[in-house]
Amino acid sequence: MDLLEYQGKQLFARHGLRVSNGKAVTTVEDAVATADEVGYPVVVKAQVLIGGRGKAGGVKLAADEAEARKHATNILGMDIHGHTVRTLWIEHASDIATEYYASVLLDRSAKAPLIMFSVEGGVDIEEVAENTPEKLIRHHVDSLQGLSRAEAVKIATDGKADADVIEGVADALVALYEVWLEEDATLAEINPLIVTPEREVKALDSKVSLDDNALYRHPENQELADKENEDPIERRAKEQGVQYVKLDGDIGILGNGAGLVMSTLDVVAQAGGKPANFLDAGGGSDAAKIKQAVELILANDAVKAVLFNIFGGITRCDEVAKGLIAAFDEIKPSVPFVVRLDGTNDVAGRELLQEAALGNVHAARTMNEAAEKVVALAKEQS
Amino acid sequence: MSVLVDEHTRLAVAGITGREGSFHTLNNKRYGTNVVGGVTPGKGGQDVEGIPVFNSWAEAAESVQPNTAMIFVPPRFAADSILEAAAAGIELVIAITEGIPAHDELRVYNTLKRDFSGTRLIGPNCPGILSPGKANVGIIPASFFKEGNVGVVSRSGTLTYQIGNEIAQAGFGCSSIVGIGGDPVPGSSFVDVIELFEADEQTELIVLSGEIGGSAEEEAAEYIAEHVKKPVVAYIAGFTAPAGKQMGHAGAIVSGSAGTAAAKAQALEAKGVRVGRTPTEVAEIAVTQLR
Repeated sequence: MDLLEYQGKQLFARHGLRVSNGKAVTTVEDAVATADEVGYPVVVKAQVLIGGRGKAGGVKLAADEAEARKHATNILGMDIHGHTVRTLWIEHASDIATEYYASVLLDRSAKAPLIMFSVEGGVDIEEVAENTPEKLIRHHVDSLQGLSRAEAVKIATDGKADADVIEGVADALVALYEVWLEEDATLAEINPLIVTPEREVKALDSKVSLDDNALYRHPENQELADKENEDPIERRAKEQGVQYVKLDGDIGILGNGAGLVMSTLDVVAQAGGKPANFLDAGGGSDAAKIKQAVELILANDAVKAVLFNIFGGITRCDEVAKGLIAAFDEIKPSVPFVVRLDGTNDVAGRELLQEAALGNVHAARTMNEAAEKVVALAKEQS
Repeated sequence: MSVLVDEHTRLAVAGITGREGSFHTLNNKRYGTNVVGGVTPGKGGQDVEGIPVFNSWAEAAESVQPNTAMIFVPPRFAADSILEAAAAGIELVIAITEGIPAHDELRVYNTLKRDFSGTRLIGPNCPGILSPGKANVGIIPASFFKEGNVGVVSRSGTLTYQIGNEIAQAGFGCSSIVGIGGDPVPGSSFVDVIELFEADEQTELIVLSGEIGGSAEEEAAEYIAEHVKKPVVAYIAGFTAPAGKQMGHAGAIVSGSAGTAAAKAQALEAKGVRVGRTPTEVAEIAVTQLR
């Protein structure tokens, strides 16, 4: 789960990182009131889960109340790369002497937390890594020991932070590691980590990803999901415990097992089609779950044809067939379905479908044949 | 021969008294796997259709000497159960449990490495290991596979069944099918399992089934170029996956330019590994090489 900037900053503050005084607001009036409260100049920042906010005009400096009102009015409701701005973060503008970069992430390859630090902050860090790799310090932490203060000081020193803020940077790194560790984050990033003219070290932005699997340990973090900008079908799927990702094509896909579904998307694309979604019905799906899944797929109006690709292991093909028949009974879909059933109880499943003689359901024996059929059917519909 | 599980396997199962745990344990037993016990705290002294249940891994180890542990407990208890099995001296731990926090996986991986280097972990979030004709530990539907000379290692369950089934229909069988799981920090990597297949006499060809996310496939490519003489055929799922979206498996997420299917296929092909573009093509390439 990715957090909005202000949510990440609230986590930072909880662990002792310095952030500017501010507030998240959803109306122009509250924005102006907050600006008055924290003192001008203020920064008005769009809260969306996508990069490039500044370039899109979603981050503005306001010197007085009139400017704060103008920017808040413009930015609220703005569309930034498909994300609608519903929340603003208003904070007192910081004076900046220097911009650094700091992050902690799970390095899957090294099986260890990786701390990165650079004095080249405020820019795209991938470019720093590419063009001046010597300016990006990478340090793996022994996860069983944790990060010591001495290590943090060494990272700041090796990274050539200004001598008078080595201690401040080390404090920030220790706090950032604590955020990563104690909040079960997979990524905690500050870009830029600024040094003020008063030589204070502060987080001016945040990028935090939390591990969904660990949310049970953090009931207070469960509410942080950006529900308003979530796709409504994806949100419904999550509530039903189904893995669904919306894509921009017109062929609905249902399969069992993440790998098989990913593979199905690829095979459909190779056959010249465009998948409308990823849907993993999961292991051991029963008829009721299959029916729910069909409803989810058809909730997307773009869908012109649907492909069921099932290789039954724990999932039984007869249950899948029963679910599909029940769904047809109730929903009476207007788009064609192609169904490929293999694996556990496949013969029984195919027989059930044949007996039900559903209009608009086409059987396929192999994955490739199913993909070709569904692509052809989708084309006929358009 | 085969790898990891066979007729010498003595299996004990954590979570044997749960619904899923008992169902699959009994399935494994029916297949011929030697199931010697189960572990559920507080239920020691009971039995599941004659299989004795113990309160702890230490008790189970002392009483029935298992050499293989299967973990079927809910995610919040799984990490400790794995480490407890390792502390009891069990050499192979196969964790089926899905949804274990990444930080727990990190702790398990590094604790095993530091304190219990004699224990190998497969999974978590994996379908287990099947050595056709010998033993089945996990949830792989054994009826689709027969004994043979293809070693399969995969991050995904159902995709493995798909590929294995196509190989079987062409008349070939498998030495072992090893699911390493789709999580960010798996206990064993492609490299670990490929090393075993390379050393296994029964295995003549290796099928690697990977997917987007991480760099395990790229690392496998390097390893294969240096250490593997047997032919390897690969499949990568997720060519059409958009960046930043998680595709079901917690490990299957493309971040930035790294971890894409195209980059993985390219890395493997650069080291001479043939990559099939569909599961069917993988099976076809495998079959041509075997004939």
